[in-house]
Amino acid sequence: MTDTVVKRVTRKEILKKYKKKTPAQEILGRFLANRLAIVGIIIFAAILFTCVFADLFANYQIDALKMNVPERLQGPSAKHLFGTDEMGRDVFARVIFGGRTSLWIGFVATAFSLLVGGLLGAVAGYFGGKFDEIIMRIMDVMLCLPEILLAIAIVAAFGTNIVNMIVAIGLSRVPRFARIVRSAVLTVRDTDYVEAARAIGATNSVIIVRHVLANCLAPIIVQVTLIFASAILAISSLSFLGLGVQPPAPEWGNMLSSGRQNMREHAYLVIAPGMAIFLSIFSLNLLGDGLRDALDPRLKH
Amino acid sequence: MGNIVCIILSVAARLAGRACTPREVFMYKYVLKRLVALIPVIIGVVFIIYLILDLTPGDAVATILGTNYTPEAAAQLREEMHLNDPFVVKFFTYIFGLVRGDFGNSYITKQPVLKQIGAAFPNTLILVFISMFICTAVALPIGIQTAVKPNSLFSNITAALGMIGIALPTFWLGLMLILLFSVRLNVLPSVGDVSLKGLILPSVTLASSFLAGTMRTTRSSMLEELNQDYVRTARAKGVDEKDVINKHALGNALLPVITVVGLNIGTQLGGSVLTETVFAYPGMGRVLINGINQRDTPIILGCLVLMALCIGLCNLLVDIIFAFVDPRIKSQYSKTK
Repeated sequence: MTDTVVKRVTRKEILKKYKKKTPAQEILGRFLANRLAIVGIIIFAAILFTCVFADLFANYQIDALKMNVPERLQGPSAKHLFGTDEMGRDVFARVIFGGRTSLWIGFVATAFSLLVGGLLGAVAGYFGGKFDEIIMRIMDVMLCLPEILLAIAIVAAFGTNIVNMIVAIGLSRVPRFARIVRSAVLTVRDTDYVEAARAIGATNSVIIVRHVLANCLAPIIVQVTLIFASAILAISSLSFLGLGVQPPAPEWGNMLSSGRQNMREHAYLVIAPGMAIFLSIFSLNLLGDGLRDALDPRLKH
Repeated sequence: MGNIVCIILSVAARLAGRACTPREVFMYKYVLKRLVALIPVIIGVVFIIYLILDLTPGDAVATILGTNYTPEAAAQLREEMHLNDPFVVKFFTYIFGLVRGDFGNSYITKQPVLKQIGAAFPNTLILVFISMFICTAVALPIGIQTAVKPNSLFSNITAALGMIGIALPTFWLGLMLILLFSVRLNVLPSVGDVSLKGLILPSVTLASSFLAGTMRTTRSSMLEELNQDYVRTARAKGVDEKDVINKHALGNALLPVITVVGLNIGTQLGGSVLTETVFAYPGMGRVLINGINQRDTPIILGCLVLMALCIGLCNLLVDIIFAFVDPRIKSQYSKTK
């Protein structure tokens, strides 16, 4: 108490201290304060980096595809970080190139379902009435079937290739986006600024995109990360069942499926791709939870 | 409509020797209304599945004839199987068949689909119900405990485990359990079947993916109830803390949990396809995957439709349970009438 030093405070410092933070800064602050979310973003960034720049670490043709029988089923070593599989291919190379496939199919599928589901939800919520009734009934019916079964049905009908997988996984997640976007739109639809936009003669499409959707971004962004995670899981599940990415192209799910034969003696064959799936879903979930808490603190329980 | 039901019910009750209480009338009306509402949903689901599988490129006739394929035989068979009919006709024929319990015949074995699925279906149901039981029996007490003491070490540990559990791919967990219990410890079989030992690993695997979700729901709804005024009142008048939790809060907190568990049954039916593949369990999942590999459309259709029916019935069951335990539904119903 006695040694209180009265520090001279400059005008600039006062201004800096009391300057009102912009909403973006506040959100960023809340996000950075969440340690789990930071862990999530670091893990995901690491996975994303290794998969996108997989060519820096291995050669697709030589390491991930070419058979090398003399070196088959070797345990993890300095040369083969995760060992080699039953055809002598490097498991690490297959994991990172498989991840590249998973991530980009997951990304496109998520974008597809966001586009279709978001549009349907926005139209249903904005216009209401009969439109709303019809669209949401269809979504309810689709929700009656588990996502994985709907995806299996689509892939079973149209055959297993990457485009069909994107459609299958994207389409089966449309109802989730439609519901989220619709409920978000409903809360914004009757606000004064939408009324004002309408009063100055903005068209419906402009109002929906510029005013309504722009203000529903928070729940949509959160949902995007969570659905991205579920899409990655679905890709692996389909490939594991033999309905997704077909061997010899590597994918986490089909690596697990082919590693099963030799897993009794060579457990690393199933541990590496499994950990890759787990870590990507885990980090995306942490990221999603962190974003939800940062964007809308009221949702935290 | 409602009045007619009312009259029929009261007549039935008279015949049975006693009068219907208003509560019973309400219950029957509610159940009937839900049941009627379920029909268009089921038809809708069947329509979506049928539409997708009808769009299959490639010729079903080629699958059936196999090596005996000639253009004449194909044309004749196509005519016999009504494959040239318009989509709507085919769809309604299928629906009317379903009402009679006829799922069509397999392309490969020529046997009725129901016979083939019927053998596998109970196995899947057993697996799903056991795993649901495990899931609820573990998640409920943990969820309640963590809500009662939200900042304890126990609740932090379970929260962390839950976060890991939600991200674990089911089929991978299954493989890891096989490695641990069948290969290392050699105490449980790696192949699942309908026996006590054979069911342990598959059902634990299937349950694990829903444990975390059920736990979280129980926890958050319990936390919400514990902050309500009536809990404070109960505490203030000196009710034992155990009774506050078990008698006052738990009853209300269970409502969202019932919904989640009910919805989980559907997702578990879907997840069972993966779990059954991992453990080579003789259930619907295996029939479905075999059907897909053999391009046997009636089998695929039958499996998916049967699963959708189950899910619809589970949702109905949840609604009915709600009517019994949630007084708000009753009041809502009598208001709108």
